[in-house]
Amino acid sequence: MIGGLFIYNHKGEVLISRVYRDDIGRNAVDAFRVNVIHARQQVRSPVTNIARTSFFHVKRSNIWLAAVTKQNVNAAMVFEFLYKMCDVMTAYFGKISEENIKNNFVLIYELLDEILDFGYPQNSETGALKTFITQQGIKSQPQTKEEQSQITSQVTGQIGWRREGIKYRRNELFLDVLESVNLLMSPQGQVLSAHVSGRVVMKSYLSGMPECKFGMNDKIVIDKQGKAGASDEAGKSSGKQSIAIDDCTFHQCVRLSKFDSERSISFIPPDGEYELMRYRTTKDIILPFRVIPLVREVGRTKLEVKVVIKSNFKPSLLAQKIEVRIPTPLNTSGVQVICMKGKAKYKASENAIVWKIKRMAGMKESQISAEIELLPTNDKKKWARPPISMNFEVPFAPSGLKVRYLKVFESKLNYSDHDVIKWVRYIGRSGIYETRC
Amino acid sequence: ETNKLYCTSVKCCIFELKAELNSDKKEKKKEAVKKVIASMTVGKDVSALFPDVVNCMQTDNLELKKLVYLYLMNYAKSQPDMAIMAVNTFVKDCEDPNPLIRALAVRTMGCIRVDKITEYLCEPLRKCLKDEDPYVRKTAAVCVAKLHDINAQLVEDQGFLDTLKDLISDSNPMVVANAVAALSEISESHPNCNLLDLNPQSINKLLTALNECTEWGQIFILDCLANYTPRDDRESQSICERVTPRLSHANSAVVLSAVKVLMKFMEMLPKDLDYYGTLLKKLAPPLVTLLSAEPELQYVALRNINLIVQKRPEILKHEMKVFFVKYNDPIYVKLEKLDIMIRLASQANIAQVLAELKEYATEVDVDFVRKAVRAIGRCAIKVEQSAERCVSTLLDLIQTKVNYVVQEAIVVIKDIFRKYPNKYESVIATLCENLDSLDEPEARAAMIWIVGEYAERIDNADELLESFLEGFHDESTQVSETHTHTHLQHVLHKHTQNTPDSDNPDLRDRGYIYWRLLSTDPVAAKEVVLAEKPLISEETDLIEPTLLEELICHIGSLASVYHKPPNAFVEGSRGVQHKRLPARTASGESAESPDAGQSVGGVSDAPPAVIPSQGDLLGDLLNLDLAPPSASVPVVPASMQMGVDLLGGGLDSLVGLHRPSGSQYIAVGLAGGTGGMPAGLGGTPAMGGGLGDLFDLGGGVGMATGSYVPPKAVWLPAMKAKGLEISGTFARRGGGIHMDLSLTNNAMSIMTDFAIQFNRNSFGLAPAGPLQVLTPLAQNQTIDVSLPLNTNGPIMKMEPLNNLQVAVKNNIDVFYFSCQYPISLLFVEDGKMDRQVFLATWKDIPSENETQYQIKDFHLNSDAASTKLQGSNVFTVAKRTVDAQDLLYQSIKLTNGIWALAELRIQSITPNYMLALKCRAPEVSQYICQCYELLLRN
Repeated sequence: MIGGLFIYNHKGEVLISRVYRDDIGRNAVDAFRVNVIHARQQVRSPVTNIARTSFFHVKRSNIWLAAVTKQNVNAAMVFEFLYKMCDVMTAYFGKISEENIKNNFVLIYELLDEILDFGYPQNSETGALKTFITQQGIKSQPQTKEEQSQITSQVTGQIGWRREGIKYRRNELFLDVLESVNLLMSPQGQVLSAHVSGRVVMKSYLSGMPECKFGMNDKIVIDKQGKAGASDEAGKSSGKQSIAIDDCTFHQCVRLSKFDSERSISFIPPDGEYELMRYRTTKDIILPFRVIPLVREVGRTKLEVKVVIKSNFKPSLLAQKIEVRIPTPLNTSGVQVICMKGKAKYKASENAIVWKIKRMAGMKESQISAEIELLPTNDKKKWARPPISMNFEVPFAPSGLKVRYLKVFESKLNYSDHDVIKWVRYIGRSGIYETRC
Repeated sequence: ETNKLYCTSVKCCIFELKAELNSDKKEKKKEAVKKVIASMTVGKDVSALFPDVVNCMQTDNLELKKLVYLYLMNYAKSQPDMAIMAVNTFVKDCEDPNPLIRALAVRTMGCIRVDKITEYLCEPLRKCLKDEDPYVRKTAAVCVAKLHDINAQLVEDQGFLDTLKDLISDSNPMVVANAVAALSEISESHPNCNLLDLNPQSINKLLTALNECTEWGQIFILDCLANYTPRDDRESQSICERVTPRLSHANSAVVLSAVKVLMKFMEMLPKDLDYYGTLLKKLAPPLVTLLSAEPELQYVALRNINLIVQKRPEILKHEMKVFFVKYNDPIYVKLEKLDIMIRLASQANIAQVLAELKEYATEVDVDFVRKAVRAIGRCAIKVEQSAERCVSTLLDLIQTKVNYVVQEAIVVIKDIFRKYPNKYESVIATLCENLDSLDEPEARAAMIWIVGEYAERIDNADELLESFLEGFHDESTQVSETHTHTHLQHVLHKHTQNTPDSDNPDLRDRGYIYWRLLSTDPVAAKEVVLAEKPLISEETDLIEPTLLEELICHIGSLASVYHKPPNAFVEGSRGVQHKRLPARTASGESAESPDAGQSVGGVSDAPPAVIPSQGDLLGDLLNLDLAPPSASVPVVPASMQMGVDLLGGGLDSLVGLHRPSGSQYIAVGLAGGTGGMPAGLGGTPAMGGGLGDLFDLGGGVGMATGSYVPPKAVWLPAMKAKGLEISGTFARRGGGIHMDLSLTNNAMSIMTDFAIQFNRNSFGLAPAGPLQVLTPLAQNQTIDVSLPLNTNGPIMKMEPLNNLQVAVKNNIDVFYFSCQYPISLLFVEDGKMDRQVFLATWKDIPSENETQYQIKDFHLNSDAASTKLQGSNVFTVAKRTVDAQDLLYQSIKLTNGIWALAELRIQSITPNYMLALKCRAPEVSQYICQCYELLLRN
């Protein structure tokens, strides 16, 4: 198991050091600094073995978090734990920065004592932790006996993510379907790979211990219902509306065995915001934009670039924050750009022409042309021609996912599913959206 | 203000802190303790404040208490006497009405590694293990593991292990999870006692807790489940069914641990089961999803997928696209993806893969680009249909003139040439244009090889080679070796003579032997140097099968990331247990697997595969018209005739390649010969050994021990043969096969006119010359004759396979008898397989062809066994030591070109050897197994 946890600033100075196991000595702190942080070479692996000691590290801005062990630990678990630790710290004091860590070091030690025991990760749900971590005056000292046992049963219980007795005057929930659409396209317009990775994020403000059931246009469910009901209507709706989900993962509140057997998503949600599920689709993806590049080398000192972008969705919808990034060679001396829409600029420090368009409706197209002057070089190495990348945001789900229902049942309290105010929003963003040129 | 806490100057001195710690004001005290902790973090020694800090311990303020505890854990060990001061508070806290405080006390106490404190810990711990509050119990469970780490004996004596076992049935899932984690850890250092006592009932409890506990708890439970071996395929399936829902968990570690359990238990399911197919299909999506995690986790996932793809390629064969490299992937992710792409490349997806690889070859990172170029070469070798496209892609890359790309491309083109000879030589001209830019040894060696191999087609091959020759003295050994070889090839083509002059004795000797060979008999030389090259294996970097199995049992863990067994990087007793996949059990309708230890079955049904391959190297060498050594003398004087000198030097230089310095003139290989060999016999197989060894750079060292010769047995009793008694044996000497006969005349008259003939037999054994009984055999006289044999005779499958029917004639009559030869007689000297080829072949031979054999009550260490076996041409290709076990991987080649691959497992604890044998002609396995026993026991 994890033998120790260290946090360093960018210079390699220790900000936090917590040793859990006797086999990890103080010298481990230095070994990581010397061999990894101060190493001249770029880091070639997130796992480093130095003198039979293994170091796992992740970086958040310029802070290094390292877990150390001398055993054959579960590597995936260690990384998951490091990410979780970052989440917990962010939930407590915001951005992970040197200053924030120094200001909260006592809190961090207290957290580390609680979420890792002898190197074994324990409950790390922020909701539960906040009930009894003493720092920052969140908890006033004298607790009643009931309160204490409530805390411990929550921390160790089956529903560790929610406490009892939550009350809201207005029961309300928000569902955000957030998708990032990824594309790799060849210069000829052939889709080399495309997938959507989506998340359903829920903000729930519900009283009591509500039992929820979430439904979407999952092909498997719809097909099953279509068969069972055999009515024309069901058949029709399943025809085009449903989507094939390659794989999905759920927050620990979801009953996985029920999903496995019935494919229904039922759960008691944590209070506040959390990620209900993640999913991935690869079939019938709506690609919101198409990029058509044209690069021509005119002699040895000039490049002509023309890029057309086409929007491919309902004309009534508006895409926002569109940005096209066209890489330029390292020996670029000057660039002239003409674009029909938006603003384009050559950014020498980033070796790219950045073209920004605030809004663009569906089924439109726009174009940019640029002339790139090159300095003559005797560098034999050819320019690698990195792909043209795009950023954007659209108000629909490129996977085609639709929320069909989210039912809430709370038998003990007097509110029903109809009384809950529900909001659903779809946002599609670009992930890695690249076209080779 | 807090930045001040981190101040490292000496000024923030101990005195100030001491004063503050003893302040009456609570707030000031707390601030002071915080400062102490901060100093501790940056590495300042604040142990001097120990009594003052401990004084702050007795407080109702939980916050302050936690800080003091933190300090205690750090310094108690260095101040054991003073740490005792804290004991009272701990014991008191363990009785506190607040469960959070009880848990805190027991948690901290376990972290204080001071013997005296440990004693006091036992009673509170016992109470806490049975506490009414689950939070206290789950903390106490982990504390048992802590205590065990400090004093294992104490834990056992106090009976904590039993209490811990009881907690597996606890009503609270988190308590169960922590108890499982603690027990798993403790049992790692007690590999022999079955602490966890996994049985269907306890497994059921674990599976129930699995649905209810935290994500971390699920990992502990799954990792523990993976150590269980179900009793049969039905139990295995029912566990799999309950584990599969975990594949949808958001936590990647839960997913990977579930994959581990499934991969392991799947081994037990019959392949024709519907559920088996369903399970395979269910595994792919979650593995792909892991690739959308953060990069560090992607890396862990990719290293594991690499193993899974090797074990079960069918799972991800349609998922090539997800392994395409993204521009922004960190380099470690890119390199791993590339590895998997090569493994998944097949005819179906090769076009896409090649297009991708070509893109990668223009990237920035040198390592990545090189690997991409190499990958193109691998594709050509793996998928024959794509070879042409690969070659043209490589040519395009050579045109880029990027130095390292060109060099890498030439290295892989050489391999393509070897795999597909005389197919792509049209590109040689382009390659030759780039001679000047080659500055890496591997690339230069490759280029020289190409020039030599295709010398006939290159007009100025002379010049090109000369240009390489200029730098001969500066070259690395790799280049020079190829060069010498190539030069000779070239000479053979052009019939000119030129011998390189080098300071490296090995190399020089090799040059000389080639040269002498050349001047003695150019035809023979041509056969030797231009002989068939060893096969290029399709797969690279394959993990040894047993290691792969072990690593599959460690999916998700560090071992799977390093691709090394845990004992390679873990110290001490932990992780020593050697894990293996369960065997497929035969239950109900499925009876496809042979039980371990049982010998091969179903011999007679298979078509006879015992057919000698023509043009086999040994066969060629038999035709060499060279004189064999008349007598084997350890030191061959330089004045001896050419043939002998040639051999002596040859063996020496080759053996010498693996020694620091070639001890020049000692002929090692021929020591096995006896004086009984007739001289001047044309075409004696004796030469086979020496020359065969030219190609066996690793072997030859153990030759001196000689091969095993069974004692002579009576084959033909006198009463059946009118007074002639024949006893005999078979021996392999100096690469030749001999039948050593003793003829005894028990009759009343003299015997003359002896002749011998063999019936057709399985391996085509036949006398290589007449039976040389020169003098008549008088009454009561015994004469020993050695009859050289070859394997060029007619073939017929015999039962048993090694049966030989012989007819002997003399002046009285013709007599028939049959005898059996040990199959080791047919093990040839060039039977050492290349490691890579071995791995690929092992993987390639279906497991139905595997035979298990046990050699009982045998005490000999692996080195001795290896030497012994090598004497009879059983070559150890690789050796691996896993804990108390040595694994020898061995290869054997029969005279007819059949290969047998063996894994010999030698345990130091039990006196039994386990032999697993794989052979494409399974009929011979049984006989080889017998030979193993025979060879080892003698």
